[in-house]
Amino acid sequence: MKITSGRTKAYRILSVVVLIVLAILFLFPLYWIITGAFKPAVDIYATEPVWFPSEWTKANFDKLFGMRSAPLWELAVPFSRAITGETVYFSVGPTVPGAIRWLVNTVFMSVMAMILTCLTAAMAGYALAKKRFVGRTLLFSLIVCAMALPKQVILIPLIREMSALHLVNTLWAVIFPTVGWPFGVFLMKQFAEGIPGEILEAARVDGAGEIRTFTTIVLPMVKPGVGALAIFTFINSWNDYFMQLVMLSSNANYTISLGIATMQAETSVDMGLLMAGAALAAAPIIIVFLIFQKYFTQGITMGAVKG
Amino acid sequence: MAKQPRSTMSRALVRRETISGYMFLLPSLIFFLGFVIIPMFICIYTSLTSANMNDPGSFVGFQNFMDLFHDKTFMMSLKNTFLIVIVSVPTVCAFSLWVSSAIYKMKGPALSAFRCIFYLPVVTGSVAVTVVWKWMFDNYTGLFNAVLKGSGVIKDNINFLGTPGIAIWCIILILFTTSVGQPIVLYVSALGNVDQSLVEAAEVDGATNMQVFWKIKWPQIMPTTLYILVITTINSFQCFALIQLLTQGGSDTNTVMYYIYYTAFKLTEQAGHFGYANAMGVILAIFIGLLSALQFRLAKEK
Repeated sequence: MKITSGRTKAYRILSVVVLIVLAILFLFPLYWIITGAFKPAVDIYATEPVWFPSEWTKANFDKLFGMRSAPLWELAVPFSRAITGETVYFSVGPTVPGAIRWLVNTVFMSVMAMILTCLTAAMAGYALAKKRFVGRTLLFSLIVCAMALPKQVILIPLIREMSALHLVNTLWAVIFPTVGWPFGVFLMKQFAEGIPGEILEAARVDGAGEIRTFTTIVLPMVKPGVGALAIFTFINSWNDYFMQLVMLSSNANYTISLGIATMQAETSVDMGLLMAGAALAAAPIIIVFLIFQKYFTQGITMGAVKG
Repeated sequence: MAKQPRSTMSRALVRRETISGYMFLLPSLIFFLGFVIIPMFICIYTSLTSANMNDPGSFVGFQNFMDLFHDKTFMMSLKNTFLIVIVSVPTVCAFSLWVSSAIYKMKGPALSAFRCIFYLPVVTGSVAVTVVWKWMFDNYTGLFNAVLKGSGVIKDNINFLGTPGIAIWCIILILFTTSVGQPIVLYVSALGNVDQSLVEAAEVDGATNMQVFWKIKWPQIMPTTLYILVITTINSFQCFALIQLLTQGGSDTNTVMYYIYYTAFKLTEQAGHFGYANAMGVILAIFIGLLSALQFRLAKEK
């Protein structure tokens, strides 16, 4: 037992006060987005800052949704251009505001990247952790090295590759490089190492095939890892502005981030409209983060172990 | 994980393991090789050619690299990139370490609330964050100008993002708010894993809080510090969205990452000078590799 001296106690109180001030400062931009989105023009252009909207209005959102329109969902079938000579589109649903379409694109992109990453990484992580195959060490070092490489460095070859595959300006051009990024494999390997070898051995003795072993034994055991990876990939993919910027060029294929960024370049003075856009882009992902926060934190820490 | 000696495994078993191993790896390998490794090699090769948008170009050896070191804009962006890294890496590390040591002993809800708040700017996404900061820094309707003027610190509005020498610090500030989230999560978990019996023993022996921190906790969280140094360095090197959305490389804020994008996609003298841009990418990758290696070295010695 230690007797807390007056000085340490004073320090504790001081540090809590500082923390609270910092927390308010960190939350402020978010507060400014949300209130800005609902402020009338008078408040936006006031020379004295208006800390709280004098009147809550949805005028900014009306403007945002009135801007452009597009079919709700339209998806280029991957590789269709390479096979049939022209791009085949699935087009579904009524005509909606452009911003909603951007949101649908973003959700599709993030969910697709998430599913593909989890599936491929779970399999690869298991193989790297539990199989003793030729070339394993080499492959693993390649993965670790590639993780330190900034994604943007390979940007130009990636674009040329995508245009050779006729995938440029489709969401797939953003999805595929995300799936290829080896962080997921690394993370899943960490989790799969926790599977006791005896269980796998027992399954083999009992005559379970490779696929059966994977689906009935491995997958349930690495489930927390898959959860962490899923939420991690979803959020990163949603916010990967750079990839979206270079790969997507037509308005109907924009993601919400890209749409807002373009709007910013076009009308950099209409702050109310921009805040409405920013709020629309940030709200869904923040809600997802808050719901799955636990898995997310786990994913970050697991990725760092032995990193 | 002890590696099984090869000799005890029969050759048939090795073959079986290899085949099944690669079957499981195959889907992942297609994406990894196709969209990471192959582009990496193309990048290195292209950096040695005069390729541009419509023309594969011819082999020019190290000409692009030579040209880069005579390119004033490139040297400027290299300088800015290093400034960002040198300022933000230590401040992010120190700040997140302080916050984490202040919060890691708190009760569950308070801890997750703080952790969450500091992580929010990352989740919000670079575009939404940048758009709101741009407004706050705005010359006419911005909050900073209004507050500073109201409190009498400045007389005339400052054009924060349009003044060379100021703009880069605004960018560093925003980058800072979006960089501390992950280190805090990592430090909180590392501090929670510090061996409590050592801490208690030291306290019984009359060690001060400072001594406990530097002699016991600091060495134990060293691997985490190292990891944080590396990811923050990589993150700062990649600073792009902020530049592209706030200044477009104006007001002396060009960074290597933005200059690569600019050279490849914006109209320069030779539109889409891919070879040149790739040479920059290679240099960037080399710097990051060297810095990461250096940080590992330093941390190992200590």
